[in-house]
Order: sequence, then C-alpha cells, then structure tokens
Amino acid sequence: MSLGPGAWARMRQHRLAVACGALVLAIAVACIVGPWIAAAFGLDATTIDARLGATPPSSAHWLGTDTLGRDMLVRVMIGGRIALLVALVTTSVALVIGVAYGAIAAYAGGLVDEVMMRVVDALYGFPTVVFIIVVMSVLGTRSLVALFALIGGISWLTMARIVRGQVLGLARREFVEAARASGASPTRIVLRHVLPNAAGPVIVYATLALPQVMLTEAFLSFLGLGVQAPLASWGTLVTEGSSQILVYPWLLIGPGVTMALAILCLNFVGDGLRDALDPHTRKI
Amino acid sequence: MIRFIVRRLLASVVVVFVVASASFLLLHAAPGGPFDTDQRRSAAVQRAMEDRYGLRDSLAAQYGRELAMLAHGDLGRSMKRDVTVNDLIAQHAPVSALVGALGLLVAIGLGLGMGVLAAWRRNTRTDYGLMAVALVGISVPSFVLGPLLIATISIHLGWLPPARIDGPAGYVLPAITLGLLYLGTIARLTRGGMLEALGQDFVRTARAKGLPERTVVWKHALRIGVQPVVTYLGPATAALISGSFVVEKIFQIPGLGASFVDSIAERDYPVLTGVFVFYAVLLVLLNLVVDLAYGWLDPRVREARA
Repeated sequence: MSLGPGAWARMRQHRLAVACGALVLAIAVACIVGPWIAAAFGLDATTIDARLGATPPSSAHWLGTDTLGRDMLVRVMIGGRIALLVALVTTSVALVIGVAYGAIAAYAGGLVDEVMMRVVDALYGFPTVVFIIVVMSVLGTRSLVALFALIGGISWLTMARIVRGQVLGLARREFVEAARASGASPTRIVLRHVLPNAAGPVIVYATLALPQVMLTEAFLSFLGLGVQAPLASWGTLVTEGSSQILVYPWLLIGPGVTMALAILCLNFVGDGLRDALDPHTRKI
Repeated sequence: MIRFIVRRLLASVVVVFVVASASFLLLHAAPGGPFDTDQRRSAAVQRAMEDRYGLRDSLAAQYGRELAMLAHGDLGRSMKRDVTVNDLIAQHAPVSALVGALGLLVAIGLGLGMGVLAAWRRNTRTDYGLMAVALVGISVPSFVLGPLLIATISIHLGWLPPARIDGPAGYVLPAITLGLLYLGTIARLTRGGMLEALGQDFVRTARAKGLPERTVVWKHALRIGVQPVVTYLGPATAALISGSFVVEKIFQIPGLGASFVDSIAERDYPVLTGVFVFYAVLLVLLNLVVDLAYGWLDPRVREARA
C-alpha cells in the first residue's frame, strides 16, 4: 500500500487513532521536556526529603510523593524517558532483524526460505520471554544494552513474516522485472525497489511492536531484571508502587495509569495505521 | 496425516534438543561457580562440593551427562535447597495449571463471545465498543491490574480474599487477572476469523437452506472462524506462563511461576534452566496438539495434508 496522501486521508478518518497519536506525542514530549521545567520549580527526581515522606497528590506535588519524599510526577517523567528509549531502541533492533530476515528468506526462496520460516514457526511456540529471563539472570547482566539486544532479539518474528510476504508479492511485479532486465543486482533490487514499497506494513508492525516491547520491559523490571537503580522506568515505578498499593495507592496509580495510557494509545495508533496503510491484512 | 504427524514430531525433537543444549550452555556461562559465596570454606570442601555435582569434569562429559539425564526426564536438582527440579514441578505445577486453566477459561469464554458478537454486528457501536474494551484489556499490564483489583475488590469492598488460595473464592481474582491478559487478543482474533467465515460460500449455503441465524453463526461459521484462536493457543500458553510469574507473585500463590521467580533472586541456576526446559517441552507438545486440532476443525486442511 502506498504512503501517499490517500493513506493520510484514511488515517485522519480514524479520529480516535489520531487523538491517541497526539496523546502519545504529548506524553513523550512531557517526559523529555518536563523534568527541566520541574527543575525550574525546584522539583527533581532525586532530592530526598525523608521528613516529608509519602504524601498524596497535592498542588505542590501533582502525583504525590514517594516514601522518600521524591516528587512522583518528575519520577514518572524521568521513568518515561527510559521506557520510551527502551521501546524505541528495541523496536529498531527488532525491525532491522525482522526486515533482513524476511527479505533474505523471500529472496533466497526454496530450501533456505523453508528452513528460515520453519525456525520462525518454532520460535512462535517457544517461551521466548522465559528464555531471556533465564539468560539475564544466569549471565547476571542488568545492562540496558543487554535489555535492548534481548528484547529486540525476540520481537522480530511477526515483522519477518510480514516482510517475507510483502517481498514475495512485490518480486513478481513488473517494475521489479524491469529492474532485473536492466541489469540491477539482487541486493540493489531488494534495497531500492522492493523494500521501499513494503514500507506501509513495516511501519504498521513497528508501531504495534512498540507497546509490546514496553510491556516486556515493564514485565522484566517487575521481576527485578529490567531497568536497574539508579535508573527507573515505568516498569520499576509500577513494581515499587504495587507493593505499597494498600498504604500509598498513588505510587501505583500515577505510573501505572501513565504506562497503560501510553500502551493503549500506541495500540490504537497501530490499528489506525493498519487500516490506513495495510487494509488487506486480517485483524490480529 | 501420519506423515504430517511424524514430521511435526521430528521437528519437536529438534526444538527440545536445541533447548536442552541452550540451557546447558547457559548454566556453564554463568559467572562464578554456584558455590562461590562469602562463606569461608576450605579448598577441600569446595572441591568436594564441586565433585558432587560433577563440575570438574570436561565440558563434553558434562554435556553428555546432562543430555542423558534429560532423555530420562531428569531435570536436575536445586543448588540452594535439597529438592530436585522434578519434585519442584510435581509439587507446584498443579496449582499453576489450575489457575492457568481457569484464566484460559475466562479468556476463551468471554473472548469468543465478544468476538462473535462484534463480527455479527460489525461496524456498529456494539462492535466498536467491544473492540475498544478488548484493546484496553491488551494494554493494561497484569501487575497494574492485579494490585488494583486487590485494593478495590478485596480490601475496600471485602468481597474476595486478597491473596493465598484457601478456598474456591481465592481463585477468582487470579483467574480474572490472568484471563484479561489475553482476553482482548482472543476477542480480536475471533472477530477477524468470524468476519472471514461469514463471507464464505458454505455460510451462504447454510443461510439459503433456511437455517436459523443462530445455528449459522454458532455452528457453521464459528467452526472456521475460531481457527485463528486455535493457532493462538500456543502463544497464549506462552503468555500464560509469563503471566503466571506476575499473578502468582502478586496473589502469593504457591505455583511453579512463583518458585521460578524466587529462583531468579536466589540465583538458583539449575532450577531456572530445568523449569525453562519443562516449559519449552510443554509448549512444543501443546503446539503439536494445536496443529492436529486444526485438521480436525477444518476438513479442508485435513484433505490437503493427506
């Protein structure tokens, strides 16, 4: 499907998706810029005020303070930076692996294709998340880079399938035939002619991968394997909050609602994009 | 059909072999030995402990031993507690299986209903409403939902026990939290499958025969429309497993997921890899069953495979 003005018009019809996209952007901008603005009001995520302790939301601290007297709004914004960073980088990792894998399988064809896609099938029915939990705990690694590589390394399967399907379909089209006839190399054909035309579905599934990897990161953080102190992501904030839900409910509600809202909106945007860019795929 | 089953069985054996090898490699890549602690031990004691677990043999010998053990269904033993991984699984897996089955029941029961209704009333407010609910279900993580349910339904309203399973009522909140995890996905898959099925010739034939709409939707179309859900059962169980880690931890259920999470903190590597192998084999078997169920649901697939 083309990325032209038609697609934008179809996308705009999804008012909910557009609104959600705006909300996600707003959350992202708030997370990036917010802490600096808060600093101007003398609020930061690290100043400990043990005498203040945990206070419910007030005009001074909109989302309340945690048990150490730290402002929750700033903590949520800083946590959002990490959560968004992890989501973007891991999705990019998954994107690169998935596109390369799918394109190679489709272009190689025959037995190579068969084996490569059977591997993807096998991985679909495989406890990949449990696997990275075992890898992270056994290797004792807690670095962000490992997190990027591992979550990215398990999130490319759908992308590979989509790209393979696209490439197979496009490879039979006349303009690819023409490129081949004019002597373009296979690499050039794939990179210059086939992949750009597969951009629509790739964008859709990259968008839908974002909320997925966010959930995975938060899940790993819940198990104590994800983002580590002194860094904090929404996942770690939610984990802290969930253990104190009965005493200080705002510690869970602030980061929990923000994260759920971001994930929900990304899902709605992905759905809208799919209807606009890739109307033929069945809803998954 | 026999050839198909044999081929799938062979592929499954390959997967299990890869899983076993990966878990072996992981165990040996672990930094430091399992007995390197702060406690002071004489070199002799250290050596004796390493001997007991055969840690001083060559890698190849240990690998061979590990595979032979696995072939006999022996998943190894814990290095922190005096228990084998098999005992651990036998003791805790039934609880997890029950909670998981109840969660699956919630998800399939509600999800199928929502999906069929949405497809039948497609592009109406009912459809949009149900699909919005499904998306919310997909987006709210269980470790946000679980504590919120405990705080409101158990503590504030006092309707259900907050944690630990003492009676049937204790299963309700864990099952709901677990089920909502993929209720939305099942509803969306059902809707998609049903939309496709309702547009096919056999549905038109059934309607032309004058069958009541209820029979057409629930008996004829659903049989084909449910296929995406059947395919999803494999990944759903994988989600169920990682979901059980969270739910069992939050609701303090003594299941296998909770033991697994405890082993992360305790750095009990043999338990981690052993339970991982168990989960992997479970999923491989389940996917095999799903593939067979597929042929049973759709005669056309059965024909194609024969």
